Amino acid sequence: MGAGVAALALLPLGFIAVYTVTVGPDEARELLLRPRVGELLVNTVRLVVAGIALSVMLGLGCAWLVERTRVPFGRVWHLLLVAPLAVPAFVNSYGWVSLTPRVEGFAGAVLIVTLSYFPLVYLPVSASLRGLDPALEEASYSLDHSRWWTFCRVVLPQLRPALLGGSLLVGLHLLAEFGALQMLRFPTFTTAIYDQYRSSFNGPAATMLASVLVACCVLLLYAELRLRGRRRYARVGAGVPRSVPRHELGRLNLLAVPALAGLVALALGVPLSSLARWLVVGSSTAFPMDELTAAASTSLTLGGAAAALTVLLALPVAWLAVRQRDLVSTVIERSTYVASSLPGIVVALALVTVSINVAQPIYQTFVLLLLAYAIMFLPRAVVIVRAGLEQAPPMLEDVSHSLGVGPLATARRVTLPLLLPSMGAGAALVFLAVTTELTATLLLAPIETTTLATRFWSHSSAASYGAAAPYALLMILISLPATYLLSRRPTEPVAS
Amino acid sequence: MPRTRPLLVGTATAVALVLTLSSCSEEDDGPSITVYNAQHEELLTEIAPGFTEETGIDVELRHGDDFELANQLVQEGPDSPADVFLTENSPAMSLVDSEGLFAPLDGQTLRQVPDQYAPDNGHWMGFAARSTVLVYNTDLVSDAELPESILELAEPQWRDRIAFSPTGADFQAIVSAVLELEGERVTEQWLEGLAANGTVYDGNDVVMESVNSGEVDAGVIYHYYWYRDQQEAGDNSSNSQLHFFDDRDPGAFVSVSGAGVLESSDTPDDAEQFVAYLASEAGQQDIADSYALEYPLNPAVQLDDSVKPFEELEPPRVDLAALNGPQVIDLMQNAGFL
Repeated sequence: MGAGVAALALLPLGFIAVYTVTVGPDEARELLLRPRVGELLVNTVRLVVAGIALSVMLGLGCAWLVERTRVPFGRVWHLLLVAPLAVPAFVNSYGWVSLTPRVEGFAGAVLIVTLSYFPLVYLPVSASLRGLDPALEEASYSLDHSRWWTFCRVVLPQLRPALLGGSLLVGLHLLAEFGALQMLRFPTFTTAIYDQYRSSFNGPAATMLASVLVACCVLLLYAELRLRGRRRYARVGAGVPRSVPRHELGRLNLLAVPALAGLVALALGVPLSSLARWLVVGSSTAFPMDELTAAASTSLTLGGAAAALTVLLALPVAWLAVRQRDLVSTVIERSTYVASSLPGIVVALALVTVSINVAQPIYQTFVLLLLAYAIMFLPRAVVIVRAGLEQAPPMLEDVSHSLGVGPLATARRVTLPLLLPSMGAGAALVFLAVTTELTATLLLAPIETTTLATRFWSHSSAASYGAAAPYALLMILISLPATYLLSRRPTEPVAS
Repeated sequence: MPRTRPLLVGTATAVALVLTLSSCSEEDDGPSITVYNAQHEELLTEIAPGFTEETGIDVELRHGDDFELANQLVQEGPDSPADVFLTENSPAMSLVDSEGLFAPLDGQTLRQVPDQYAPDNGHWMGFAARSTVLVYNTDLVSDAELPESILELAEPQWRDRIAFSPTGADFQAIVSAVLELEGERVTEQWLEGLAANGTVYDGNDVVMESVNSGEVDAGVIYHYYWYRDQQEAGDNSSNSQLHFFDDRDPGAFVSVSGAGVLESSDTPDDAEQFVAYLASEAGQQDIADSYALEYPLNPAVQLDDSVKPFEELEPPRVDLAALNGPQVIDLMQNAGFL
C-alpha cells in the first residue's frame, strides 16, 4: 500500500525524467550551464537556508514563550501564531507590496515567506514541548546544570523531530513557492521554470529545469534524514507525565509581549489591513453573493475531500516509516516528498499527460483533481501523522496483541485513537493548502469549476483588486476552522 | 469506537459532496463547445451569453494563462476535450499551431478583421489588440525628454530610469518586433543597453506601479493596464501618463489576442461559429463595451473615446507567426533576461 502511494507521488518525477531524456544532453547542458542559472541557484539556496533558519528561530522562540513561560494571554497568542497559515502566501506578499515596495528583493522575500510559513515549525515544536516529560529536565537540574545547559542538552534534542519535520516542510514550500516570490520580484528556480514555459513556450526545456529542483529536494530530504538519526521518542512510563512548571517572566514580559504582538502584526495585520483597504477603495468591489457562496462551497468541499484522501494515503506511509525502519520504508516515505518541491505547473502537466494517455475517463474530473492535491500535499500529512506515530508507544500495540486482539482490531482500537489528533492536524494542514491551490485547479478541475482561489486569480490578474478582495477574505474565513483545529491542545496542562 | 466516528462521517460527507458536485455539471444535452480561454475571464463571460442566445450553443470555459493552456493543449494532443483556444497574446497560438493542432479557419471568418492580424496560413485570427506604450512619471520625465523611438531607451540618458517586464510573453513580443524591423545586430545592442539602463520587474502592472510611485521614471507596458487602473481607484496611475510611439516604430507594436479552432474538436462547425462571432460586429461590440479596454479589430467597432483611438495608432507590420521564435529567446537569454 505504501509502495502504491509512493508510485503515485512519483508520477511527476517520471514526467520530468522523460523530458530530460527528450531534451538530450547537449541542449540540457546549454540550458543548465548559463550564468543566469547560477544566479537562480544561489537565490534558491539562500532563500531556503535563510527561510528555514528564521522560521526555526521564530517557531522555537514563540513555542517556548507560549508553552514554557507565564506570558500573559498564552492561549490567545497560540491561536494568533497559528493563524498566519490561513493567509495564503501570495495574499501576504500582495499586502506587503502594496504597503511598501521596499520589501522586494532577498531580504523582503525571506521576511515574507518566513511570516507565512514559520507556523509550520511553531506548530510541531509547541506540540512537542507540551508532550515532554519534565522528569528529564528535573534530573538535569538536580545534577546542577543551568537552565540554558538543560535547554540545549535535554530539551532541544527531544524537539529534534519536530524542528526537522517543520523545517523540511518550510524548505519544500520555499522550493516550490511561486506566487509570493513573483510578486516580490525575487527570481528562484521555480519562477524561472514559469518564465521558461511562458517565454519560449519550450515545455520540454522547462520541464527539464525542474530536475534541478528535484536535486535540491533530495538534498533536503537526505539532510533531514541524517540529522534526525534513528532514535525513538515515545515515552512509556508509569502514569502520565506531569505538566511542566512554567517560567515566570517577570519584567521580561515587557519584552516578550511586544515581540509577540509585533510578529502577529507583521504576519496578520499587514495582509488583512491591505485587503480591508481594497474592499473600501476599489471601484470594482462587489459582493456577488451567489458566486461567492458557490466558490466557497466548492473550495470547502474540495479541501475537505482532499484532506481526507491525503491523510488516508499518508497513514500507510507514516506507519512504514516509524514501525518498519528499513531502507524500503525510508525510500517510500521520502519519495512522497518530491512532488511538493515542484512548481504546480509541472505536477499539473504531468498529470495531464499521464491521465489523458492511460486514464482518460478520469481526465478533468474531481477524481483526478483530488489525486493531484494528494500528490502535492502528501508531505503535510505524512510529517504530522508520522510525528504522532513516533509518540505512540509500540508497546501498547504489543500489549494489545498479547491480549489476543488481532492486527486490524489493534489498529482500530489502539493505534488509531492515539493517532486521531495528528490525523486531524494533518488533514487541517492539507485543507489549508488545497483552498489556496491554483495551477492544478485551473488545468485539472472539471470544466466551469470555480474555487475561491481561481476567482481571486482571475480578478486580480485583471487588476480588479477590489473585486478580488472578497474572495481572499473568504479564503481566510473558511480556513479559520482548520486553523483552530490545528491550534487545539489535546492535553491541556492543568494550571499548577 | 465513538472517537473514530467524526472522521468517518467527515470522509463520507466529503465524498457525497464531491459526487453531488460532479453530477451537477452534467446538465442538458443541447449543443455545447469547450473553450480553453487565456483571455481575461470577465471579457468572455460577457461575450459568451450573446453567442449562446444567437446560436443556442452553450459555451463552457476553462480559464488559465496563455502558457499554461497552450502547454496543456500540446500535452493533450489529439485527445483534447477543447474545441476553441483563446489567448491574450499571439505566441501561444503559434506554439499550438506549430504542433499542428489547429484546423484552418473559414475565409469568411477571417475576412472580418484586417489581414495583418491573422497568420498567413489562416489557422487562427486576432480578435482584440493591445498597443505597446511608454508609461512615465509626470514629475520625473518632461515632455521634451520623451523618446521618439523605443530604441532610444537603450541610450545613456535613460540609465537607471527605465523598467520593463521581460519574462512575460508581452515584452518578448516587443523584442520580436524590434528583431523583425531592425535586424539582429540592432536588437542585440538594444537589449544590452536596456539591461544596463533598466530595472527588471515581473508583470506589466508592477512596472506601472513602480513608475507611478516614482521608483523608476518610465516603463514599457501595454496601454490597457494604465486605462484600467484609471477606471479602478487610479491608485497606480495617478502620477503617470502614457506616451504612444508612432510612425511604425517598433515601440508602436500592437499585439493581438488570438482565437482558433482545434483540429481535435468533435463539433468543428459550432467551434468555427464561435470564433466567427468573436470577430463579428456583435462580439466586437461586447469587447469594446467591456471593462477590458483592449482594441476591437473589426473596423466596424470603436472603443470609447477615453482611450486613444485605434486608427490613430501607427503600428509597424510584423509577421505574427514569427513572434517569440527561438532567435528572440536566444537574444534575450544572452542579454541575461531569461
